[in-house]
Amino acid sequence: MWKWLHPYAKTENAYALCNTLLPWFWAGTCVFLSVGVVWGLVFAPQDYQQFESVRIIYIHVPSAILSMGAYVAMAVAALVGIVWQWRTAFMTMIAIAPVGAVVTFVALFTGAAWGKPMWGTWWIWDARLTSELILLFLYIGVIALYGVFDDKQQAGKAAGVMALVGVVNVPIIHYSVVWWNTLHQGASISKVDKPDVADPMLWPLLICLAGFAFFIAAVSTVRLKSEIVRREMHRPWVQKLVSNDGVSSDAI
Amino acid sequence: MNPRRKQRLAAVGIVGVLVFGAIGLMLYALNDSIDLFYTPSEIIEGKQGQIPQVGQRLRIGGMVVEGSVNRDSQTLDVSFDLIDTGPIVTVEYNGVLPDLFREGQGIVATGVLVSPTKIRAQQVLAKHDEEYMPPELAEKMKGIKHVKPSDVDTYGNGGN
Repeated sequence: MWKWLHPYAKTENAYALCNTLLPWFWAGTCVFLSVGVVWGLVFAPQDYQQFESVRIIYIHVPSAILSMGAYVAMAVAALVGIVWQWRTAFMTMIAIAPVGAVVTFVALFTGAAWGKPMWGTWWIWDARLTSELILLFLYIGVIALYGVFDDKQQAGKAAGVMALVGVVNVPIIHYSVVWWNTLHQGASISKVDKPDVADPMLWPLLICLAGFAFFIAAVSTVRLKSEIVRREMHRPWVQKLVSNDGVSSDAI
Repeated sequence: MNPRRKQRLAAVGIVGVLVFGAIGLMLYALNDSIDLFYTPSEIIEGKQGQIPQVGQRLRIGGMVVEGSVNRDSQTLDVSFDLIDTGPIVTVEYNGVLPDLFREGQGIVATGVLVSPTKIRAQQVLAKHDEEYMPPELAEKMKGIKHVKPSDVDTYGNGGN
């Protein structure tokens, strides 16, 4: 069932796959992000009690959801790396980590900027905000741990274990607003029921979510490509790639 | 799957279960401390059999009771009642309230319990729900009239 995945354990095949996917990721980013952001920030209606401030939702909610999504993706890569010992899996893990960290920071920052006018405070140590902050620390921990080792396969294993252990935080973030009472409101769209966002606001929000997802995928893919090239610098196929690139850029 | 991979997968699984179990138990033990605030009924009837002491610094969260907001016309002093499922706790506050503050709104106040049912608050924060909708829809569904804060004297008898 998973046989088709096996070739991508080889860096060369993974690199080729990145090249195939990347244009689609960028295309998705351009279309969804531009439509979603313009629709959300300019044309979507204002909220009945938050007025224009509600527009932060179009950045805050996608970045918050995808900070967890990116973490899960990173953890899956870590699992594959640890169990199947794929080098490309650890490369994927470390390619995603800084992207996820930045997205988490964006979620925290926009949340603070939204909290000040609406709640009356930038920050409060409630369960949702605190667990999201821990997510940022987990990302930073994975990056730092990976950086400590000179042997990158060893580094991948160590950071991978940390990434896997940290997965426990993801359901905590999601259910924090259910299990405990918090200042942060409950989930609006990531739940089984019909979302509590009116349709004219929900559509741009979902489009922004897709745009952010494509953007994160695109940036992670670019990072994965450069990680593969950096690690495989001395391999013949990379040497060939570099010399080919040299020729083509000379031609231009 | 070869045996070594199977072994590693099992190890990851066992460690995963242990970590989830440990964190789960920790959070369960800390359950009450992770809650951000007491509800009015928890302040009056107690939480897990413990009634907050007078003089204790705490946070309360509840709905502002309709018609309970009393503003001093000379100062920023304000008092209002909070309710959740029955018991009512009065909050006294001196300061600027958040824009979202209104009767029927959920709020979170930090302060000191000065009598069993009264809190002297140092900070009042507004809590809003997860529903977002345009003003016209809110008017239709909830009967909430769309009024911009800048268009109306929201501070009742205070005035500018």
